[in-house]
Amino acid sequence: MTDKIFSKEEWLGGLEALRKTYGVFVPVKDGDFHTFMPFDKGNIPDFDYQNSRLSPKSVVYPQSERLFEYTLDKADSEADIVKESPKDYSPRAVVGIRPCDVQAFQIVKRNFDNPEYRDPWWVQHFESTTLVGLGCNEPCSTCFCTEVGGGPFNQEGLDVLIFDMGETYLLRGLTDKGEALLGKITGGSPADDQALKNAEDLAASASKKITSSIPTDKLKEKVTNDLFNAPFWEEIAFACLNCGTCTFLCPTCWCFDIQDEVLGKEGDRIRNWDSCMFPLFTLHGSGHNPRDNKFQRVRQRFMHKLKYYVDKYDNGVQCSGCGRCVRYCPVNIDIREVCNLMNNY
Amino acid sequence: MLKYAEKIKETALKLFNENRVDTFIGYKKGSVPMMNEPVLVTDPDKVDQLYWDSFCGLNLCNYLTKRTDKIGIVANGCNSRNIVTHIIENQIKREQIYIVGIPCEGMIDHRAVMRAVKYKEILNVQENGDKFLVKGADFEETFEKEKFLQGNCATCTHRNPVIYDEILGDPVEEQTGVDPFKDVKKIEEMDPAKKQAFFTRLISRCIRCYACRNSCPLCYCPTCFVDESTPQWVGKSSDPTDTMTFHFLRAYHCAGRCTDCGACERVCPMGISMRQFTKKLNKDCQDLFSWEAGLTLDQRPPLDVYKPDDYNDFIK
Amino acid sequence: MENPYLPYPVRIDKIITETEDRNLKTFRFVFLNPEDEEKFAYTPGQFAELSIAGKGEIPIGIASSPTEKGFVTFTVNKTGLVTTYLHNMNEGDVMGIRGPLGNWYPWDEMEGKNVIIVGGGFAFTTLRSSIISMIDPANRSKFKDITVVYGARTPGMLLYKDELAEWEQRDDINMHITVDGTDDPDWKYNTGFVPTITEEKITSADNAIAIVCGPPIMIKFTQPVLEKLGFPPERIILSLEMRMKCGIGICGRCNIGDQYVCKDGPVFSLAQLKEMPSEY
Repeated sequence: MTDKIFSKEEWLGGLEALRKTYGVFVPVKDGDFHTFMPFDKGNIPDFDYQNSRLSPKSVVYPQSERLFEYTLDKADSEADIVKESPKDYSPRAVVGIRPCDVQAFQIVKRNFDNPEYRDPWWVQHFESTTLVGLGCNEPCSTCFCTEVGGGPFNQEGLDVLIFDMGETYLLRGLTDKGEALLGKITGGSPADDQALKNAEDLAASASKKITSSIPTDKLKEKVTNDLFNAPFWEEIAFACLNCGTCTFLCPTCWCFDIQDEVLGKEGDRIRNWDSCMFPLFTLHGSGHNPRDNKFQRVRQRFMHKLKYYVDKYDNGVQCSGCGRCVRYCPVNIDIREVCNLMNNY
Repeated sequence: MLKYAEKIKETALKLFNENRVDTFIGYKKGSVPMMNEPVLVTDPDKVDQLYWDSFCGLNLCNYLTKRTDKIGIVANGCNSRNIVTHIIENQIKREQIYIVGIPCEGMIDHRAVMRAVKYKEILNVQENGDKFLVKGADFEETFEKEKFLQGNCATCTHRNPVIYDEILGDPVEEQTGVDPFKDVKKIEEMDPAKKQAFFTRLISRCIRCYACRNSCPLCYCPTCFVDESTPQWVGKSSDPTDTMTFHFLRAYHCAGRCTDCGACERVCPMGISMRQFTKKLNKDCQDLFSWEAGLTLDQRPPLDVYKPDDYNDFIK
Repeated sequence: MENPYLPYPVRIDKIITETEDRNLKTFRFVFLNPEDEEKFAYTPGQFAELSIAGKGEIPIGIASSPTEKGFVTFTVNKTGLVTTYLHNMNEGDVMGIRGPLGNWYPWDEMEGKNVIIVGGGFAFTTLRSSIISMIDPANRSKFKDITVVYGARTPGMLLYKDELAEWEQRDDINMHITVDGTDDPDWKYNTGFVPTITEEKITSADNAIAIVCGPPIMIKFTQPVLEKLGFPPERIILSLEMRMKCGIGICGRCNIGDQYVCKDGPVFSLAQLKEMPSEY
């Protein structure tokens, strides 16, 4: 573990240099909000931000991704045979990612990289990515990472953790991947004991700023069907528009659809983010839909995150407390309130 | 606008007690600043959760579609116009609903407020007449509401409900001399290539979450064209052509029906100004048919009627 | 890295129209690369994704038995985009299959037991796979009595008619074929709904396990019949259908509670289903 201090200019210069060996993704101010974009001439990083509107999950798991390609041209001896699309797995770094979004990758990993099947695209994108997290000095009032196993300076899953010390950044290499990245940045000086103590104080004071109390302790012991048949779902779901805002903004929502698209005689098999909020998600070919009603879809989203995932992996909830769905749900359905209802039911 | 909150509670309670309604649709105060949550009150003991302020910018008419009970509902100008459209389009029956009218002074654009405080986190917003106080961890600022109205509210000329069973205050003065189509005219002046570039940029952030469609009271089709699979009209990836097809077609489906309530823009998580599409069609309907949607129960929207004396040749 | 989404290329070797409405066809596939056949080692009850370039994939139960070598067969109902396209394809055409996917009928548990198979309509496919496998000389001695109740709306809607007739002649399997109704004077089997015939023909749940596969309405009415006969829910085995995409428990759409029908199923015991949300 290396702790190094950089002046902010030095660090920015280092990041520029890093672009020679990494595709560097940084938060960029984009109108009213921030988006993770490749660091290049047009995209200037802005680390003075709370969090990006869309989670950086798309760096590893793009909203639309070509999986396979094929030709339908019968003159071709390989016609109709589906083949893997070439992929670029050269090293990438997500710089400035918040610890909650890193924790989200750990949550999602249990799905994409499990003992029986490894999703080749997710796994290889993930393995080629170095996560350089930026601790949250000022967590939002809607954040609740500390309630779901994380924290504003949580190191789990990070390769490097950045402490914003005001004038300087303190960078902590946490893994081989992280040390390798830091090794490519010149300058900086070793952090002395006082700097390390200041960093710890910063982290401690940030944790205290999170005021939401969202107990999840009783979810595991609940009987699935009791929660499933609980009386509150219709009421929770009334306002829901069944749009995909919560699922698409969520760093831990992983569901996808696979579609074939053809132009002329050339075609692609693509995967797109999908949402359990959409009726089409579960519609059978016969016309039967096991989740035909809005409340069933809303129930599925919360049950998946707060009960099914808990039961399946025995490793906490499928939520990293980033608060995006709380802030951006167009009709203000608040997962914190739903979690309390479920935990206390 | 806060003054209506108490009146809504009283009215809802009265309607329940007089057995005039089975349910009541309104807003409850949200869990985060500048957000309120649509609520269905089914129990007279729970009317106290009803609320109203200048952040009620969704369209409650959306929740009326095909309901079968007797419903009380709050409605300001644009919401009432959508209720009219809903009745005309057989999505709800007039006699099923008890409309509690609210003369509206416009809704506050929460994004403009965030901009004004330079994106610092807002912890509390308090309305006080034509001003509102915004509080954060280390700041407090007072703003004039008039300067922070949603785009559609700033140019609204139908603030008072056009249909109601009861109105909770004296009608407000309607705005005159406002031009809702200023930006549309600018786009109309562009050449096709510029227009294409403008629209491409406008929707470039779209993530196809369909919040705009789903918040729109006009979008009640049992299966939207983007969800059809046989045949599949539109691709489901984030390809700009498919995204553009979605926005254009949705706008056309709303032609002559849109009341410019602004719900679509308000709910968009990516801040896309899709009213640029719908307003152009509103303008065309005004120019070509002298038509504004939802003002009367007696006339169907221009694009779903046939008249033998239509001045266009193609129909003869 | 191994790619579980990559289909094996196959050639359509044979197409048989099964039913009088021509909506059900059986497709026999041969692997283009012979080594893929070994990789596609399956157990009756499993399914695969049929993959058509340009159209997509569709999960279908495997109708052939592992005892049948050199090919794999699927019986497909024409419903949506992919299946409609498949129905118009020809022998010799190239497409893909991906699998085998999901779990299978509880073969270990079935050994040494009387096996009751209850099937309806076009859900008989993996049951055919199971029957062929069980009556194979290498396997038959592992099971006690094998009894089959299979029904369709009309005689013309029964699948695998030649095989049904052949099984009728055998004395190591009890066949009870039925149709909901028919005006065919030569119809020599039963008439009546599957649950009714099950109640008539199955007399004991002793040392028996029941495999039930059919339309929801059939399952709904067969379940109480079996329970009345004394089958405990652990010995009533059902195979479910669900909209699927990945088939390997990753894409997230086919869950019932914390179980994915594609990976943890499609085969569940009634005992398991009773613990799961009724959302299927």
